[in-house]
Parts: sequence; C-alpha cells; structure tokens
Amino acid sequence: MENIKEKTDDNLLEVKNLKISFKTDEGIITAVDGVNFTVKHGETLGIVGESGSGKSVSTWSIMRLLPKNSIIDKKSSIRFRKKDGKVVDITKLKARSKELRKIRGGEVALIFQEPMSSFSPVYTIGNQISEAVLQHRDVSKEEAQEIAIDMLDRVGIANPRQRFKQYPFELSGGMRQRAMIAVALSMNPALLIADEPTTSLDVTIQAQILELMNELQEELGMAIIFITHNLGVIAQVADKIEVMYLGKILERGTTKDIIQNPQHPYTQALLKAIPRLDHIGERLNAISGDIPSPLSRPTGCPFYTRCEKVIPGICDVKMPNPTKLSDTHTVYCFLYEEKNV
Amino acid sequence: MIKFLVQRTLGMIVTMFFVSIMVFIIMELPPGDYAERWAFRKFSGTGAQITQADLDNIRANFGLDRPAPERYFKWISNIVLHGDFGEAFAFQTSVNNVIGQKIWLTLAILFSTLIVTYIISIPVGMYAAVRRNSLEDYALTVFSYLGFALPNFLLALILLYISITYFDTSVGGLFSPDYADAPWSMDKALDLLSHLVVPAIILAWSATAFQLQTVRATMLDELNTLSVTAARARGVPEWKLLLKYPARLAINPVVSTIGFDANRIFSELPIVALVLGLPELGQLLLKSYLDLDMFVAGAILLILTFMIVFMNFLSDIFLAILDPRVKLIEG
Ligand SMILES: Nc1ncnc2c1ncn2[C@@H]1O[C@H](COP(=O)(O)OP(=O)(O)OP(=O)(O)O)[C@@H](O)[C@H]1O
Ligand SMILES: [Mg+2]
Repeated sequence: MENIKEKTDDNLLEVKNLKISFKTDEGIITAVDGVNFTVKHGETLGIVGESGSGKSVSTWSIMRLLPKNSIIDKKSSIRFRKKDGKVVDITKLKARSKELRKIRGGEVALIFQEPMSSFSPVYTIGNQISEAVLQHRDVSKEEAQEIAIDMLDRVGIANPRQRFKQYPFELSGGMRQRAMIAVALSMNPALLIADEPTTSLDVTIQAQILELMNELQEELGMAIIFITHNLGVIAQVADKIEVMYLGKILERGTTKDIIQNPQHPYTQALLKAIPRLDHIGERLNAISGDIPSPLSRPTGCPFYTRCEKVIPGICDVKMPNPTKLSDTHTVYCFLYEEKNV
Repeated sequence: MIKFLVQRTLGMIVTMFFVSIMVFIIMELPPGDYAERWAFRKFSGTGAQITQADLDNIRANFGLDRPAPERYFKWISNIVLHGDFGEAFAFQTSVNNVIGQKIWLTLAILFSTLIVTYIISIPVGMYAAVRRNSLEDYALTVFSYLGFALPNFLLALILLYISITYFDTSVGGLFSPDYADAPWSMDKALDLLSHLVVPAIILAWSATAFQLQTVRATMLDELNTLSVTAARARGVPEWKLLLKYPARLAINPVVSTIGFDANRIFSELPIVALVLGLPELGQLLLKSYLDLDMFVAGAILLILTFMIVFMNFLSDIFLAILDPRVKLIEG
C-alpha cells in the first residue's frame, strides 16, 4: 500500500485499493485492480488510458452504477466528503438507500460519451432536466422548469425556452452534449465525472465543449474527473493525471509531469500517438499489439506484453512497486524501481 | 398531432373504400344469386314451373337486376348515410336486426380478450424482465411455451369440462337461460361478464404468451440502455425509473400489434364459439354465404374488417402518443 501524504481534509474523494470484478459466463473478469486516486475540491483529475483499461468501471463505481454482476472488493474504499462535511464510504452504502440516491446527482454527477443514448427519446429535454432538479432541490415544478431553462441558457443553448420542449432527436450532437452538461450541473454536484464527453463529437464542437466545461468549473467551483483516451484533450483541462492500463494505474502526476516528462513506457507511447500540428505528415506511432483480454490478464506488469523496454524475468513476474520521482510524480515501473534499489 | 390524426383518418377512409369494393366483389362471386335460391326454396316440390320471366320478376323485387356499380353505390351509401345494411332475404327482415345483437356480443368478446391479454402480459412481462433468470421468470417461460403449443379448441374443451364438472356452471352461450331473453339490466350485464371470462381466457391464452415474451424482451433491452443508467445517475428511485423509462417503451410493440391481435381473435373465434356454443358472427357469416344471403355476409365482412382497420388506426394513434419519434418520421 502506498502512503497518501496529502492532508485528507482537502480531499473531496479518496479512492483506495479499488478492485472491481465481473461475474461472467466465461468466469470472473477483474476489470480494475488496486487503483488509488484522490480528488480535491475544485480540482480536475484526468484519467487516461486505452479502451478497456477500466476508466469507466472505476469511476462509475463512485456512483454505484455498475451492473448487478459486478463485485467491488471488500477491502476497497471510496470515501466521499459530502456537502454537509460528513465522509461516507460509498462502497458500504445499500444499493437502494436514500443516502446513495442523494449522492447520485446531488453530490456526484455523470456525463456520458454518447449524448444521444443518454437521453430517453420519449421525453423532452426539459422533462429530463426538471426530473433531475426535482430530485435534488426542494422546489415546485414551475421553479424546476425555470432552473432548467436557466441552465440550458448557461451551457450556451440558444432559445432555451423552445429547446426545453424539444425531444433529444431534435437537437444536434454538440447541443445534446451541452444539454447533458445542463442536466448534470442543474443538480449542483460537488464532483462531475465526465466520461469521454467529447469523444463522439467532431473537433470544433469538441473544443467548444471543453471550453464550456472550463468556464463552468470556474463559475461553479466543482471538481471534475475527466476521462479520455486522448492525452491531447486531457492536457487542456486537467490539473493532474492518472494513466491507466488494464485495470491498473501505471503513472500519476501533475499535467506538467505527465505531458512534459512522461516516464512510463506506456505514457510515452500514448504521447507519441497524439497527432500534432507541427508534425503533420509524420507517421503516428500507435502502440503495437493489442490490449490483452481481461480474461487472460498477464502476471506482473500488465503492459509488459507490448512494452519496448520490457525486462524479461522481472516485468512478467510481479507488479512493480510505486516509485516516487517527485512529490507529485509517481511511476509503477521496474526501470525506475531498480535505480532506487 | 392534428396533422397526424387527419392523415391517419384519411388513410382509414381510403382503406375502407377499397375494402368495401372488395367485399362487394366477394358478395358477387358465388355462382347464382339469391333470386334463384329463393325461387328454388319457395317452389321446389310444388311442381310449379318457373320461367325466366318469374326469375326476372323476383330479381327486380330484390333489386338484383340493376347493374353492379349502381347496386354497390346504393348499398354503400345506405350503410354510410343511414347505417342500413340492407335486407336479409333469408330472414325476411333487415340485416341490422339479424346481426345487431351478435355484433355487440362479438365486440364484447374481442374487447374482453384484448383486455385480458394486455392486463396479464404487460405487467407480468415487465416483472419477468426485472427478475430475469429467477424461478418466476423460468416458470413464466414454461407457461409461454404451453401457450404457444396448446390449440384453442383443446383449451376450450378442457375449460368446458372443468367448469361443468367442478364448478357446475354452464359456460356455453353468453347468457344463463334466465337472462337470455330478459331485457338489459345490471344483473344481465354481470351474467354476460361472467360468461365472457372463459372465452376471453381461451382466446387470450396464446396472445398473452406471445405478448408476454415480447414485453419481457423489450423491457430487458430497455433496462440496459444508457438512458436508464443516466436517470439512475440523477438519483431517480428505482421503481419510478422502471415505470418512467423502460416500462413505457416496453408497451410499444404491444400497442403496435393491437390490429394484428384483433385479426387473430376474429379468425380464432369461430372454432372456440363452436365448442362453447357462443352466438357470434363467424358462423352466421358462413351460413349466409351458403344461402347466398349476400347483404348479411357483406355486412359481417365489412364490420369485421372495419374493426380491424379501426384497431390499427387506434394502435397508430396510441403509438404516436407513446413515442414522439413516430410522428416525426411519418407525420
Ligand atoms: N458488465 C460487464 N461485464 C463484464 N465485464 C465488463 C462489464 N463492464 C466492463 N467490463 C470489463 O471491464 C473492462 C474495463 O471496461 P471499461 O468500460 O471501464 O473500460 P474503459 O477504460 O472505460 O474503456 P472505453 O475507453 O472503451 O470506455 C473491460 O475490459 C470490460 O471487458
Ligand atoms: Mg468507458
């Protein structure tokens, strides 16, 4: 176990030793294995990793949104400081408890990658925002409607009164993602989890949404967990970054640490894979090989099967311990552990 | 919505126009006509010689000598303008008198069957989906297969046997003997209801099995959609979530097949009615067709088809109310 030296009072969220598995027909799949991270009030944590690395699973568990076949390990804890100052371990809450329902939306809100399918097609946008407001604020229907319209306005949707009455399929993709953000923020959460909020949008809309999120964060002061598989996107929004691979954290640091001084071979490879304007025409260096299936998870460091700097006989035997490169920068890799030994 | 309603109503009228022409053609199809039949009945065995002139006379009396288009327009305009379905030659009274009561009873069977089907299949299908892979769910699946496999007439015989031997009630007919000719009253209505239960269960049996599986499957799909997770992430309580999102969409496939169900009930009704001794339209249709009593046959065909077309119309309207995307695509 590693030491978390930060003052715990500052932490809005403390995830410790998170291990999540799924019961499936083929057996038990461990999707997230021993993950730790913290989020302070008003801060943005970026989580980056390829598809299937467990970004969604580990963050959805903060709201206990995983399907019934999921198991959160007993030794895991997700400690969250509520608005009233009390700290709860979300993993210990009852699935149907009122306390959990209040946390969902009222304390932690989630926006999804697919703005189309995250709205129900048979209710208006307004209906679904009002529902969120009514769930968490003690207001009348009319007041909820006003709050919703105001929120639509704030996320930059023109004619909010008219949009309020429209159905999701009557809005464009970028507009829907703005509406999704409006739903989340209308509940006034302390933490917003944005699960690849821009992946399905085209580049110009992507930039607008990122800018909007930055603005709203400054205005409302909530913390954000921003999930993406694109380090280029995350560099624009995050204060600090966790690099995830196959259910494990491989490197952690401030955005500067990770972007300018990446140490883990996986992080370095991810950075090489970002298309850059000043390098147009060069071949992108995608990481060779496929992510192993979580059913046949490699022993040792999960990345060794694709790592250019693999040390045979070491990397494939056990998971490396964390190596602290600075106060903020930690890497899980034998390349650095050796130097310290 | 108004545009949609107008469109659908016009569509229904056009459909019914073509249906009425087809029904009329069917009425004309059998060789010979009622005049010959009438003459044969009246004079066979009397030794009287019937001349062509006699036949023409009879034809003229029944109005059968006019050209087909003219007869069609007279027939259809009387129906549309006066609700008059013409003369039932064989019964020597109006068609309305002959089929009036039977129509209401057939409709009563239709609606009670539909109601039984939906009242059972919708909530139970949803329950099975929410509790999927539980014991109850498996039991319901077995029941469904039974529903598909068991022929209606067999079920009718079984229920007939059970109700006679164990409950000592008559399931035959739609009224107990005491009420059969009594004027309408609360008691008579209740008596009718109690007699409707058995035919409704028989006719609803396979439809319920089918719709139950449909509702269950749709509900399962809907339960796993992102929009449900999104609503859960807003802190909406689980029961409210189920009713507002997946349940509402799980009804759609049922609603869109109301017309189909009505059609199936009408085609299965005669056999069940035969076993249970129910006075309904199917047998009358057959008899009038054999007698070449064409206005009776035409009226029954027209009314039954109209019911199916109308149920389809209703199903379209309900669907548009339930799912706003329908209006957008088609309206
Ligand atoms: N319901 C489930 N049943 C079984 N396995 C699951 C389930 N949900 C997720 N997993 C497994 O958990 C692993 C992590 O999935 P997760 O969705 O968290 O990845 P991700 O990092 O969010 O990827 P992406 O970028 O594609 O969203 C996957 O390998 C997947 O196989
Ligand atoms: Mg994901």
